[in-house]
Amino acid sequence: MREVAIVAFAQTRHTLTDTGLSEPELLLPVLDEVRERTGLRRFGFTCSGSCDYLAGAPFSFVSALDALGAWPPISESHVEMDAAWALYEAWVRLQHGDVDTALVYGFGKSTLGDLRSIATLQLDPYYLAPLGLDQLSLAGLQAAALGAPQAELDEIVRRSRTDGLANPHAPDLPLEGDAPPVTDGAAAVVLAAGEAARELCARPAYLTGLAHRIEPHYLGMRDLARSASAADAARAAGVGKGHVDVAELHACFAHEELILRRALDLPPETVVNPSGGPLAANPVMATGLIRLGEAARRIHDGDATRVVGHAAGGPCLQHNLVAVMEAGHG
Amino acid sequence: MPSEEPLVAEHVLEFPGGYTRSTGPVIGRFLTELRERRLYGVRTREGRVLVPPLEYDPDTGEAVTGDWTEVGPAGTVTAASWVAEPRPEHPLDRPFAWALIRLDGADTALVHALDAGSPKALKPGLRVRPVWREQRTGDITDLACFVPEVTMITSAIPARYRIRASDSLTRFLEGVRDGYFLGARCGSCAKVYVPFRTSCPECGVAVGEEVRLPDTGTITTFAINNLPDPRAPEVPFVSAYILLDGADVPMIALVGGLPAHEVRQGMRVRAEWLPPEQRTLSMSNVRWFAPTGEEDVAL
Repeated sequence: MREVAIVAFAQTRHTLTDTGLSEPELLLPVLDEVRERTGLRRFGFTCSGSCDYLAGAPFSFVSALDALGAWPPISESHVEMDAAWALYEAWVRLQHGDVDTALVYGFGKSTLGDLRSIATLQLDPYYLAPLGLDQLSLAGLQAAALGAPQAELDEIVRRSRTDGLANPHAPDLPLEGDAPPVTDGAAAVVLAAGEAARELCARPAYLTGLAHRIEPHYLGMRDLARSASAADAARAAGVGKGHVDVAELHACFAHEELILRRALDLPPETVVNPSGGPLAANPVMATGLIRLGEAARRIHDGDATRVVGHAAGGPCLQHNLVAVMEAGHG
Repeated sequence: MPSEEPLVAEHVLEFPGGYTRSTGPVIGRFLTELRERRLYGVRTREGRVLVPPLEYDPDTGEAVTGDWTEVGPAGTVTAASWVAEPRPEHPLDRPFAWALIRLDGADTALVHALDAGSPKALKPGLRVRPVWREQRTGDITDLACFVPEVTMITSAIPARYRIRASDSLTRFLEGVRDGYFLGARCGSCAKVYVPFRTSCPECGVAVGEEVRLPDTGTITTFAINNLPDPRAPEVPFVSAYILLDGADVPMIALVGGLPAHEVRQGMRVRAEWLPPEQRTLSMSNVRWFAPTGEEDVAL
């Protein structure tokens, strides 16, 4: 395996309302920030994650390329998934060995439509979507399956929202609640392989483990109180092979944090979601990439030596990606 | 001058006529059976029965067998989540629960709406049955919803009576019609009873003296009622013992004109009368007792 590291990360100040920025306008400042930090204007590979249903326009992700300056033509790809999976594709691309840098970005304006109706559209069209289940319906069923004490759930929300108040990128929110905010935002990451990682960053966050696993889509086919796919991904990424200073988990609801902590087998001393996590800011399609970026940032800043970033997709944590990052690996 | 308001437009994404999809043989069979009001599962090679059926065993990835088996119609709820505010997209227009339902004979759970009436009904192991839509098209919504199995019945007891008011009650209600409360003073112990009565329960003697009492009094004790009553104007309502000025025993009546939680013992109240032309021989001539605003009385 080629050594690949996150060498730069940037994100918007996520907003609870549509500020009127078009998607390229939303993206441009974060792309500028990572380009400035690395000194790169061109990348060996570019990959993005977004969802056309958020804007309600097919191929809306193509217009986002206007923020890149994709001329002369660049090598580019897109996933209709959280941009954490775009990072995975870029990591695979860097393993080919012929290019050394990759730009990854994700963006979403969740406030344009009704996010609950849009969430229904992600579901199986035969058995689930006709019933109108949305992210709150799904979370309610999973929380019921877990059956955690309400006080424990409330405390997770309070901790996340308190941390969110200290995060300049998260909007100010009340300390109570049970759902993530509906947020607009974007984020970008630069990956670099081998020598390029050391040249572009003083403390690269080396991806020593990266894996994603998926389980059946239909809720009734699995034990919703556990996340078998998150546990498998964590094992494959080697989470348990060392200490974990910080874990940034894509837990949109408090009960998801409990399920994920157990699936990843995180030790009690691990600090979970110091950024506030998705309960503090949830720019859909960038939220997972931000978890990896926030975790990497702790290594860039010298606050941590081994961190975990996690991203999720699909109903009730159907699909899980786990990244382990370490300092000074090279 | 440019407007301060941002420029905004409405935009709808839709597929005219709907988005068509082929079902494949497995989902198609399940939906066809649904149209016939039957619930079917398909067996995997390991012998598990998948409901709703999938083309592949989610555990092994192997194609399922052609072995179909009827399941349900009853099932057991394995998890449920109450929806207090249904959305237009939801199957029911009143509060309901999302539920994972393991149909009898199935090894997996079906997700559907449960018309449980109240979140209190969502007990672990709740047994439920389907409600079928009259017009079925071969869609998961051919199942209108599930409802709990019958575990309780409500018995109506329609026994009818015809009651003649006693002369003393009639005399009292005539007073209520005319705007005063009639009491009776015992010639032996001098206690004043209201409503008017013809014997003293303490002395066991007939009483004859009528006493007209004012429509003011003091609350001695009260109850906040959260179950509706045809005689009360709203829920919650307060029923109270009111010691009319000059009486020795309190009379039960409604208290109103203030929030229920502000009613207190010792509060001074006055009857609120219906206009004379609306009155009948009934206590409903008094809408309720309302605070006079005087200082509370020590009891």
